[in-house]
Amino acid sequence: MEVRAGLFLLTSVVLAAMTAGCASAPPEIEVPQDEREAARIIDPQIERRDVAPPKIDSENFEIGAFAGILEIEDFGSNPVYGVRGAYHIAEDLFVEAALGQSEAGLTSAEELGGNLRILDDRDFTYYNISLGYNFLPGEVFLGRNYALNSALYVIGGIGGTRFNTDDHFTFNFGVGVRLLATDWLAIHMDVRDHIFATDLLGRDKATNNLEGHLGVTVFF
Amino acid sequence: MGRRPFALIALALVYLTCLAPPSHAAEYAEVVVADPYLELHTGPGRGYPVFHVVERGAAVEILKRRTDWFLVRTEDRREGWVSREQMLQTLQPTGELTTFQDGSREHFAQHRWEAGVQAGDFDGASVISVYGAWLFNPSLQVDVTLSHVLGEFSNSYLANVGITHVVVPEWRVSPTVTLGTGVIHTEPQSTIAELEDRTDQVGYVGAGVRAYLARRMLVRLDYRSYVLFTSRDDNEEIDEWKLGLAFFF
Repeated sequence: MEVRAGLFLLTSVVLAAMTAGCASAPPEIEVPQDEREAARIIDPQIERRDVAPPKIDSENFEIGAFAGILEIEDFGSNPVYGVRGAYHIAEDLFVEAALGQSEAGLTSAEELGGNLRILDDRDFTYYNISLGYNFLPGEVFLGRNYALNSALYVIGGIGGTRFNTDDHFTFNFGVGVRLLATDWLAIHMDVRDHIFATDLLGRDKATNNLEGHLGVTVFF
Repeated sequence: MGRRPFALIALALVYLTCLAPPSHAAEYAEVVVADPYLELHTGPGRGYPVFHVVERGAAVEILKRRTDWFLVRTEDRREGWVSREQMLQTLQPTGELTTFQDGSREHFAQHRWEAGVQAGDFDGASVISVYGAWLFNPSLQVDVTLSHVLGEFSNSYLANVGITHVVVPEWRVSPTVTLGTGVIHTEPQSTIAELEDRTDQVGYVGAGVRAYLARRMLVRLDYRSYVLFTSRDDNEEIDEWKLGLAFFF
């Protein structure tokens, strides 16, 4: 490294000396006055062109909303809705963050047991951060004239679920289809499993909470 | 009253859709094809079929970019997607080869912003963090971290601000040291005991590793040793380990 720096310094000194020598040489040659005038007129004052990379509108972010059905283990199937945002890292890879909200229904015991109520709070909210992989890109044909770009993706990640006023560490995985209605508008169909452990019904167990939803997102 | 906001929003949308595009019309960057052919795909992906080619010497406008694909418009108003590899073989109006501002090792050594996600272990519980960082020089950054700790007996939310020193920013993999402070809010699980929620101040010191992955991505592994300044007699000490993916800009 030092050798290279030394070499560079030496080269610079030699070059500087050479240019200084060249620059001081011309005045010694006798040039007639009118020729000097002409030289000044055509003095090539080229403006340095800016070669910065072109500014291009990058549309790697995606934001939108979704609505569907969430089947909360032991607590029935209920409507779910939420928002999602994604950042597309590469052609095949994206990261997604989602926030969802649902409300738990009644267990069979509650349905049959009259006034029996297991939960203090029936709200079910979750967030997750996931990594997605577009593994089957393609096109979907609508009749003879329209083709929508599509991609089938697998997605999985981690997050938290707040259910009955407690937070649970949650894994999620699933598959989805993204249909591009235009270059910037996408329609999503997703199936997702949210897995977390809870002792809500007496003993510790891992629960599978399946969700199916439809979503709309905008690229920007 | 109820309809007014909707009418306003609708008007705003009409304004945006009708009036905004013309003002952008002349702003697209233009490049000249230098390869024998520039291939236009129907979509932004390697599998989408090529439906049109532009010959050498013709100019195209770059409308937008999605990951490594560029939507271009030809002189006869056709629009299609071109790969980054082919775009790099085109010429700018100045005659220079086209380049793009993608993340690179050089940029990594002197980036200004960073944001990422980490997950790991916080005293036996799971922790999920998001963080943002601003670098006021390549080796010194301010980190703002929000964490969610999900334990068997309690859950906590942490908000921290800290300073991280990147020891050798020009290396692909560099050690880091960090120092910071914040607050932690803890809620005991409702099924365990009738304990109260509490909020305490925390301070931490730590060390870690930062590594460049590819493009705009980096990996961060961090260890932090927290001290909780509780209102009780003794302070609590907690170890945290986490690993995550981040992006720099």
